[in-house]
Amino acid sequence: MILLKITNLSARVAGKDILKGVDLEVRAGEVHAIMGPNGSGKSTLAQVLAGREDYEVTGGTVTYEGRDLLALPAEERARAGLFLGFQYPVEIPGVNNVYLLKAALNAKRKAAGEPEVDAYDFLALIRQKMKLMHMSESFLTRGVNEGFSGGEKKRNEILQMLVLEPKLAILDETDSGLDIDALKVVSAGVNSLRHPSRAVVLVTHYQRLLDYIVPDQVHVLSGGRILKSGDKSLAQELERRGYDWLLETQVA
Amino acid sequence: MSSKSQEVEAVLAQKYRHGFVTDIESDSLPPGLDENVVAAISRKKHEPQFLLDWRLKAYRHWLTMKEPTWAHVHYKPIDYQDISYYSAPRAPANAPKSLDEVDPKLLATYAKLGIPLHERARLAGVAVDAVFDSVSVATTFKEKLSKAGVIFCSFSDAVRNHPQLIERYLGSVVPQGDNFFAALNSAVFSDGSFVYVPPGVRCPMELSTYFRINAAKTGQFERTLIIAAEGASVSYLEGCTAPMRDENQLHAAVVELVALDDAQIKYSTVQNWYPGDENGLGGIYNFVTKRGECRGRNSKISWTQVETGSAITWKYPSCILKGDNSIGEFYSVAVANNYQQADTGTKMIHIGRNTKSTIVSKGISAGHAENTYRGLVKILPSAAGARNFTQCDSLLMGPKCAAHTFPYMEVKNPTATVEHEASTSKIGEDQLFYCLQRGISAEDAVNMIVSGFCKVVFKELPMEFAVEAQNLLSVSLEGAVG
Repeated sequence: MILLKITNLSARVAGKDILKGVDLEVRAGEVHAIMGPNGSGKSTLAQVLAGREDYEVTGGTVTYEGRDLLALPAEERARAGLFLGFQYPVEIPGVNNVYLLKAALNAKRKAAGEPEVDAYDFLALIRQKMKLMHMSESFLTRGVNEGFSGGEKKRNEILQMLVLEPKLAILDETDSGLDIDALKVVSAGVNSLRHPSRAVVLVTHYQRLLDYIVPDQVHVLSGGRILKSGDKSLAQELERRGYDWLLETQVA
Repeated sequence: MSSKSQEVEAVLAQKYRHGFVTDIESDSLPPGLDENVVAAISRKKHEPQFLLDWRLKAYRHWLTMKEPTWAHVHYKPIDYQDISYYSAPRAPANAPKSLDEVDPKLLATYAKLGIPLHERARLAGVAVDAVFDSVSVATTFKEKLSKAGVIFCSFSDAVRNHPQLIERYLGSVVPQGDNFFAALNSAVFSDGSFVYVPPGVRCPMELSTYFRINAAKTGQFERTLIIAAEGASVSYLEGCTAPMRDENQLHAAVVELVALDDAQIKYSTVQNWYPGDENGLGGIYNFVTKRGECRGRNSKISWTQVETGSAITWKYPSCILKGDNSIGEFYSVAVANNYQQADTGTKMIHIGRNTKSTIVSKGISAGHAENTYRGLVKILPSAAGARNFTQCDSLLMGPKCAAHTFPYMEVKNPTATVEHEASTSKIGEDQLFYCLQRGISAEDAVNMIVSGFCKVVFKELPMEFAVEAQNLLSVSLEGAVG
């Protein structure tokens, strides 16, 4: 089943065209990696899919489970199972991590016509997921990302993802700033979510993440377009040769 | 885009929830102020001569004073001859002795405010001394308190039954001529609350008074006096609401707190006077003088305020730290939305040795509002080892509001330590989007972010009121982000 279908998508931010005709198809059960040089539009693509208002869609279509994704406000996209793991998770001082997480889960359940989660069940669920992420319980009562290290913030993103169980997770440079142990923990978290009914889109600079989360497809985004797609061997080739050879091919 | 503008529409449609007028016959004086009016108020209340003299002295002093203009607020000049200085619900000749005797319409008014007196008092274990316009109509839990020796009654009752306490303490913290509005209050105050906690007694319950301005064109001038004797402690909460009217109403109250040796007073305010409509029409002018004196050693006075209402707020709950080792605290959340103006803060006057003060102020501005923090930390030469910590944070919602901070410090003792931290932040688009991306609605997200911002202050409120304050905050800011 096609979960996400992007057709000729273009978008601008602050008056500057960033995406210039992106095509991408993600099926349930797949993991896609989007790679590319700095400024190629990777993060813009992630933000546009999540519904950030500062990004103006200037052309093209996106369907999610057959619905027009771009017609939905950000919160409804989230409730429909689209999750964005932020590159720079923001701090919200004074708001408990666990409080935000519970509000998020209940918003999703409400949209699905389910009752609010039982407090006891919720605690059991979150404890189990935290264990998987090697996080101590003190994270629950700390402010959202407040005073977290870079690695802690990224782990917290994955924790949220595991609790919310999205159908489509878009992880924007979740691997940046992680040491090798943290990278393994985060990868294990992502892999635990892999399921024939779900899909993951990884936005990354580095091939090393893909050693732990093996993608079905790898795409190179550059200049606002997808230049090349392939299997995981494409990522290894990029690691060896960089991006220049691809860019040159395009010019030629 | 669409969801946000819908929320803005929703706010515009949002009306002040406590705006209704109770239809009760009032016994009012005609508008205007002179010595006869002052004397008439005193006579209506059967006051002793010393109090009449005290009022007249205040009135004569007031005539020599000018309305202050230094505050960062703007309003049309007030015509003090156009205000009625006394309004009492016309009741049977005798005041009600129990709730059953209280006019049911009054009780219904409180119910609409969400304070069903019977249940609320019983369930929450709160003694409520409800002030309706100027006369105190119902006092609960008198018995339990009197068993502990605590006096909690209307100011008028205190004048009748405990004149020696009134004569001794009235004006001992805020003198008649302290400032323009305090002088006016001293001349014409009609009622208020009185608390006396005798030596060594810990008041067995939270004391609470709900103030409410009902009659049109009446100023409300309450007078509150709280005394905690040696080793006593008390926690007092004041909540305020006023009905919706097009004209502006003046509220000039005076609150005096006295803490003797080892005594503690905690005074919490949740103020929700009518703020005016979305165009800035109507609303309460809240010009209030609140001051506590830590008269004895090791005493402590703590002010906590959550200010969401009033068109204009001019208010600086202060502490005079006279006793050695005494402690003053001020925790404040001030919200200004639409065209509200708030100029609020505190004064900490360190006189005794090793006195300590803490100031935490959280200002939230939205719409076209102006929110000012004004604070003074004064350390006198006698205050060796004094310490102050001040933290002022401002949160801006939207592009048209403003926040100002005026911290004044006068340090005259070299052994003192004074710390000041300040920050101004915008409700981040990043924070908002983060919450939206987790499926949380914009409204809930704003509430969550604002509550987080105010958390350190809410923690200081008595539990049941912390919840109320949080609800109030979300009502005041509904849809403020758009």
